Amino acid sequence: MVAHAEIRVVHCGGSKINFREPVITNDSRFLLCASGESVKVYSSSSEECIHDLQGHTDLVSGIVRNPSNHLQVYSCSTDGTVRLWDFTDGILIKTFIIGYPIYSIYVSEKHGGVVFVVIPMANDKSSELFQLVAVHLPRSVDQEVEARELSAVLYDVSPYPGAASFGREGEYIAAAKGLQLEVFFFKKQKSYRFLLKSGIKKGAKNEFTCVSCHPKEDCIATGHADGKIRLWRNFNQKKEYTYSTLHWHHGAVNTLHFTPEGTNLLSGGIESVLVQWCYTQENQKDFLPRLGAAITHIAVSPDGSLFCTSHSDNKITIIQSCVKVSAIIQGLVKGEGVRTDLTIDPRSKALVLNGKPGHLQFYSLHHDKQLYNLDIVQQEYIHEEGLDQFEVVKAAFDTRGDWLATVEERKQKGSELEINLKLWAYDEQTQSFVLNTTVTAPHEDRITAMCFSPSPETTMLVTISFDGHFKAWLLADHSDTKEGASWSCDFVGGYHLLKPGCCCFSADGSLLAVGFQEVVTVWSPASWELLTTLSQPPGAIRDLCFGRLSCSKYLLGTSTKNQLSCWNLLTCSLEWSTPMDVSLLQADPLSENIAAFCSQSDCSDLFVFKPSEPRPLYSQRALCTGQVQHAVFAPRDQMLESCEERAQWLNRSQLYFLTQHMDLMTFSTKTEEDRLLASSKQLVVDDSVAVTPFYLLLGKHRQQQQEKQEVLTNPMAERTQLPQGSIAIKELLYTPAHVLPSASFLCSMFVRSLLISSSSASEEKEPVEEEMESEEGDSEGEADPRDARQDLGGSAAWGPGEELGAPALTKAQERELRRVKNVDHSWLSNLLEC
Amino acid sequence: MASFKPTKIPIYPKLGEKVTPDTLYWKNYKAPVQIKEFGAVTSIDFSPLAPHNYAVTASTRIHIYGPFSQEPVKTFTRFKDTAYSGKFRSDGQLLVAGCEDSVVRLFDVSGKVALRVFKGHTKGVHVTDFTSDCYHILTGSDDYTCRLWDIPNSTELTSYKEHTDYIRCGTTSKLNRDIFITGSYDHTLRVFDARVEKSVMTMDHSQPVESVLLYPSEGLLVSAGGRYVKVWDLLKGGQPLVSLKNHHKTVTCLGLSGNGQRLLSASLDRHVKVYNTTNYKVVHNFDYAASILSLALAPDDESVVVGMTNGVLSIKHRKSPEEKQEVAGKQRRRPVYRIFVKGRNYVPKKDDFLVSKPVKSHLAKYDKQLKRFNISKALDTALESWRKNRKPEITVAVMKELDRRGTLNNALAGRDEQNLSQLLNFLIGNVVDPRFTPVLVTATEMILDIYKAVVGQSSVVDRQLVRLQELVEREIDYQQDLLEVLGMLDTLFASSLPRKEVPCPGSSRPNGLAEGGLGAPGPQLQAA
Repeated sequence: MVAHAEIRVVHCGGSKINFREPVITNDSRFLLCASGESVKVYSSSSEECIHDLQGHTDLVSGIVRNPSNHLQVYSCSTDGTVRLWDFTDGILIKTFIIGYPIYSIYVSEKHGGVVFVVIPMANDKSSELFQLVAVHLPRSVDQEVEARELSAVLYDVSPYPGAASFGREGEYIAAAKGLQLEVFFFKKQKSYRFLLKSGIKKGAKNEFTCVSCHPKEDCIATGHADGKIRLWRNFNQKKEYTYSTLHWHHGAVNTLHFTPEGTNLLSGGIESVLVQWCYTQENQKDFLPRLGAAITHIAVSPDGSLFCTSHSDNKITIIQSCVKVSAIIQGLVKGEGVRTDLTIDPRSKALVLNGKPGHLQFYSLHHDKQLYNLDIVQQEYIHEEGLDQFEVVKAAFDTRGDWLATVEERKQKGSELEINLKLWAYDEQTQSFVLNTTVTAPHEDRITAMCFSPSPETTMLVTISFDGHFKAWLLADHSDTKEGASWSCDFVGGYHLLKPGCCCFSADGSLLAVGFQEVVTVWSPASWELLTTLSQPPGAIRDLCFGRLSCSKYLLGTSTKNQLSCWNLLTCSLEWSTPMDVSLLQADPLSENIAAFCSQSDCSDLFVFKPSEPRPLYSQRALCTGQVQHAVFAPRDQMLESCEERAQWLNRSQLYFLTQHMDLMTFSTKTEEDRLLASSKQLVVDDSVAVTPFYLLLGKHRQQQQEKQEVLTNPMAERTQLPQGSIAIKELLYTPAHVLPSASFLCSMFVRSLLISSSSASEEKEPVEEEMESEEGDSEGEADPRDARQDLGGSAAWGPGEELGAPALTKAQERELRRVKNVDHSWLSNLLEC
Repeated sequence: MASFKPTKIPIYPKLGEKVTPDTLYWKNYKAPVQIKEFGAVTSIDFSPLAPHNYAVTASTRIHIYGPFSQEPVKTFTRFKDTAYSGKFRSDGQLLVAGCEDSVVRLFDVSGKVALRVFKGHTKGVHVTDFTSDCYHILTGSDDYTCRLWDIPNSTELTSYKEHTDYIRCGTTSKLNRDIFITGSYDHTLRVFDARVEKSVMTMDHSQPVESVLLYPSEGLLVSAGGRYVKVWDLLKGGQPLVSLKNHHKTVTCLGLSGNGQRLLSASLDRHVKVYNTTNYKVVHNFDYAASILSLALAPDDESVVVGMTNGVLSIKHRKSPEEKQEVAGKQRRRPVYRIFVKGRNYVPKKDDFLVSKPVKSHLAKYDKQLKRFNISKALDTALESWRKNRKPEITVAVMKELDRRGTLNNALAGRDEQNLSQLLNFLIGNVVDPRFTPVLVTATEMILDIYKAVVGQSSVVDRQLVRLQELVEREIDYQQDLLEVLGMLDTLFASSLPRKEVPCPGSSRPNGLAEGGLGAPGPQLQAA
């Protein structure tokens, strides 16, 4: 890391947002959720990520509202700190150092200045036993405070945050673990324990999974592993407690939550149905079915108008009073494994991998946001454990992004493997992929790899399978029949019934290399002739890859026995080989570079090299722990101009990779970071201020001034913006005065050009304004020229800078005013409320 | 919140041939009319004149049929021996025919007695034709000669003795009165010019030539002989263009469709093949009951007439457009969604505020039941649809869906005798269909597992079970036979495929290929 200060390995979004229960703020406008090492603040209406609260150095394990200040939240993390944030501005207010890894956090209004956290019993992390402790947060002005005043409340609790809950007005806390429910009364300083029978003999699983306490009455609702919900009452004594049972869920109840008034109880589980039980009339229940994936957490806004559910597919759904889904915040879906490799959609430049079951997700790397899900399997997903579902296992795009091929498979115990190969055509009108051909059982066994031919003349797909064959599929045009073009098998090839493992097309599509265990066969796709065989025993071929551009005569192969070989295809001989345990070989589509990930004693190294040069361009030892399974080169929108030799391989495309722990990482260079830093300063979205005419007039000036200062201080930022403004100014300054059109005409243009450059968002609104003006044009048509004439004298002396400070009402400002008059009166109502 | 995704009914590829415009065109004929002649029908010729009567030469007679009559309009019987090659003149007034007794007779179509008798050949005359100027007759005979005769004087003009075997086919040019082509059993085709004493062009067909055909443009010549149909380019001096081998017995007759876009060939293998004349691919195929000797198409393909060795003449007439519409009309008269919806055609005005209503997607009955997890009912509904519409795809798709949900066992269980026998009926009907076998075998096994305890209680079910068993046994035998054939074919292919050496670099190069480790790797190709 120190050696190459230029290039850093950075986390690249896509972290889990469903790890812990999200928090809705008091005014229901923001939603906070733990996301890896940071807390993300989303707008609950626009689904936009507004702030990323960074500061924790380890996994954030809980967020709660500060009961004494509704603009603040506490967050806890396994790094042993509790932090207090102002989420509207995204500022860290205070850090309380507890010193032990924290697994969950609870607060109550009654216990001011105290937070309850779950920490391990013993000091070491590996301990399996946890305790609930009360932490008195010291009042101090310092940023960092050590909070050492811990007092244990309950021993042996579950680290899962849903397994404990504060009761009515914070009088007691209920915690469940295993088969035991423990209720601790703070007044009496006494706890009662209630034990359930295991019930395994009767086929029931009575373990507690979650607890929620009624906010107004003495009632505790508990969820159980067999789908039952128990409502406990009269528990302030050991003997005469009662409980009633509700049963609807067929899987475990993952989460329970009472609404703030206590009228309803919400529950969710693997069925992905949000169930709303009516408190006191438990046989009345409402359902909100098909939410997409198993519900892991439910949160309710303090006024009870918004619910939000976290799902196992890294999604948060915002629901308006249990009837309508109003917004969905979707993160990168990462299942147990990425069966489809990482691929880049050539059109949208989005990262494509399998997402929620049966779907392919398109994930924008630039915006760290899911673009859309493509339903591949097109079947109703049955949310039930132990079912064998169809899984998308392979996906490939052709070079232009017109075709997408997917393979889905389903393995059922005791029956044949079901495989479907589907080919999707890109539809310009709907801007998405449309199913063109379905091939049921394209091979007799699992498909191990597939790739499209990059040659522009033919549209060809090659699939290789464990059944010892590879098949070429061609787009056949049936113009003589009614159906459109569809795909059909063109050729079936094999080599001594060996099992093929990988395939690769050369850059121009004239050669196809298929690795059959230890032998690489090179075929000509035009005639399906076996051209040559290459082999470098021992070890089966694991990965194959052709060189690009100037290195297109080289074929690289890695074998299982620590060998990286490079063949020259002109002489059909081995050019060089080196003993290396390459786990992954990835070629940059835009340059000659090839990245090789080597696994070495539980950590991975990266080498970037050109096949023609013996010396690697770049190498990085100990990239990450564990083996790198998937990597992809994503082409950049703009070429980076980096003169540093070591970073040059990142100029055209960026390398993303997935580690064993499913973290999406990438390499970032210094120039890139500088640029990001510059742009992030501009991107301060301030929607907390109401849009008043005053704000519109003044706010704009202020923004422009701010930017001007930025321009002066930061030359980087100057380069990125300005393009439209500068042209108009140039025109104004460098054209002879006698050729210029009338000053009135120029003036408005000049001002507008400045306005556009300051806020690109207003561009969209522009045509609307124009229309409005044309309607009103009659009345104001006479007024405008007069204004312009007044400006005429001054306009000659104007420089670009002077205008900004000028308080005179220009035409553009007038228009802004008019717009406000017509459009927005909400600020008035806001004032009235105050 | 996504909506319920309905069960996917897979679209299975239609078995059999693909529907192309050609199949539609050539299938658009009525059921054939069959007329029994006295002997093998050796020649059919359509009159170029309007009603398009056709002359059928069979045995010692020539019958002339009207386009829609099944009785001959006229008969010529003045032949001493088998008649051959009755041909109309281009004005439709005269008819010429050869005969086994070596005499060529010329008839007036309206008369009965021969107008002219041409004697000179020494053996049977199988080929006769008029030249394009209408005044001469071309004949070809088994005495290896072909001659030109003058009609007014009934004299022989020229005689060519270049063929070395029987002349069995010939045709005259429609554009040039002097040019004609003959094909002979000596495997050659010869082009003659009456102004020259020798043949001007010779082409080797390498099979006894049975039929020749000139394209309307007369640039291309088609010859049939043996199993081959060959196309020659006359403008390039008789260069072979294509050789087609689509029949498995001798091709006897050739024909051209009305627009010249399709070539037809008839053969002793009882097939008529239709070729596209641009790429010479077979686009359609007719089957007949016996070996075909002659074939003719009415102008504009209004009818296809085929004569066979057993003396049957088969005539197919094109369906008239009214009949076609009738068929289409019948299909259109299906029940339609005709519920009166108020304001269905209402177009919103400019100021109207549109309240969008969520579109309610229609679900099939079994989907509705699946949505509510009523699995047994869904299976019942699917079986019902099979009994009503004979669409096993739906039933199988529902079974597959239930299997995927892991509830097929529950859905199959708990049925009474009637229900079970329905289910078994369905299985007996479809379990051997290769499209459905994977799903239905699982279902069958489940049924047997569930109901094995009650076997013997109902005679209906028992009988069906026995039938199912027989069916499965037969299918297994059948599959075994198929596998045997496949194995035989594999050996045949393996021996016939040339073993090709793969160029592999020698051991001196550092390829790393273990010397002699792989021997000679031959590519294993398999036809897709």
